[in-house]
Amino acid sequence: MPWTRDQMAERAAKELRDGFYVNLGIGIPTLVSNYIPDGMSVQLQSENGMLGTGPFPFEGEEDPDLINAGKQTVTELPTTSYFNSADSFAMIRGGHIDIAILGAMEVAENGDLANWMIPGKVVKGMGGAMDLVGGVKKVVVVMEHSAKGDSKLKKMCTLPLTGAGVVDMVITDLGVFTLDRHGGGLTLIELAPDVTLDDINAKTEASFKVANTLKQ
Amino acid sequence: MNKVYADARSALAGLLKDGMTIMAGGFGLCGIPETLILAIRDSGVKNLTVVSNNCGTDGKGLGILLDTRQIKKMISSYVGENKTFMNQFLANELEIEFNPQGTLAERIRAGGAGIPAFFTKTGYGTKIAEGKDTREFDGERYVMERGLVADLSIVHAYRGDTEGNLVYRKTARNFNPPMATAGKVTVAEVEHLVKPGDINPDHIVTPGIYVKRMIHVPTATKHIEQRTVRKRQKADAPAGTGEEV
Repeated sequence: MPWTRDQMAERAAKELRDGFYVNLGIGIPTLVSNYIPDGMSVQLQSENGMLGTGPFPFEGEEDPDLINAGKQTVTELPTTSYFNSADSFAMIRGGHIDIAILGAMEVAENGDLANWMIPGKVVKGMGGAMDLVGGVKKVVVVMEHSAKGDSKLKKMCTLPLTGAGVVDMVITDLGVFTLDRHGGGLTLIELAPDVTLDDINAKTEASFKVANTLKQ
Repeated sequence: MNKVYADARSALAGLLKDGMTIMAGGFGLCGIPETLILAIRDSGVKNLTVVSNNCGTDGKGLGILLDTRQIKKMISSYVGENKTFMNQFLANELEIEFNPQGTLAERIRAGGAGIPAFFTKTGYGTKIAEGKDTREFDGERYVMERGLVADLSIVHAYRGDTEGNLVYRKTARNFNPPMATAGKVTVAEVEHLVKPGDINPDHIVTPGIYVKRMIHVPTATKHIEQRTVRKRQKADAPAGTGEEV
């Protein structure tokens, strides 16, 4: 059975390590914060200018001055710090954030990522996505394997890029791939329960290797 | 030298002209200088180029200046929350220059710091880099981006003394401090106006040198764009709040 959105988030949370500074994108990546293992300390960064982002406030305690990068009301933690948006992206661009987990429309086998515009459709803007994928130490994409029957793992991206050669790992509803963006390509390392290698072969446009250690 | 003006209209007097570039602080509707935006609307100034991460929402923040068609061009990173914006953009009545959010923030910081251009990895190999100089440093490719300045910056702060020293509150800080440095003239609205010495000098975020004029906005409305909450469990204490400065 393919993974659900929550199971994909739970799998992505396994990439976190104690002490990590983490940036989570909107959608499935946001759910990752529900699966941070007990006893592990990670600080969530909101690129508008906050480290140590807390959970949603209790009803009646919303503060208009306290929002995350998705413009949702959040709360402060004892570890929280605030800074301006230029400092926030200095932190991102400077490689100080350990991991970014974000969604995508397409990922190519060379590590290219597209998630900000579809030609012919209204473009809302890239926000901080280009800075994040260019600057963060490890970039993990969490996305559905296919959209309308088409593989989102491509030989080459067809949509305008958010970043060229930037992705390190892809988690889909069918399995997990590592990506060596320095020419090593995609490697399938895990399958979702009851998903077979044949299923992945049938549904994946990108070429990929299969890890010796693949759990089937 | 008195920096404090009676109201937004008088604080902007003599500063507004058609076709000018204005930087407006804020992220979404958080930390926006809405009292000054309303005064810009009332002035009738038009053909504005506005630098701001977003463009408000319908009827709020910079959305106010869209309703009156005073904006000609936006330089932003994301404008997804605004129907009026999309309608005017699709009708070719509004130009948009998208900048990656960090590139936008750094262009403003650089502009205020007298740095005309810088190199960044962000956007290399994408449409954003088209037509821009690129260069290799230590085996990595970078895109050259220009510093950005404005005729006028308008910012919102939590507390300010009459010298123009400013302190911001939580994530309402966002683009306000870099923009305060990058306006030829910067006008600040402050929720709490205090006398010099009332703010611990160690806590000042924007030194008064950057602020030419200011107004007191004790009753400014603050909007919430995405109200997200959780249910209270019996064992939960109230959400923590840090010490105010």
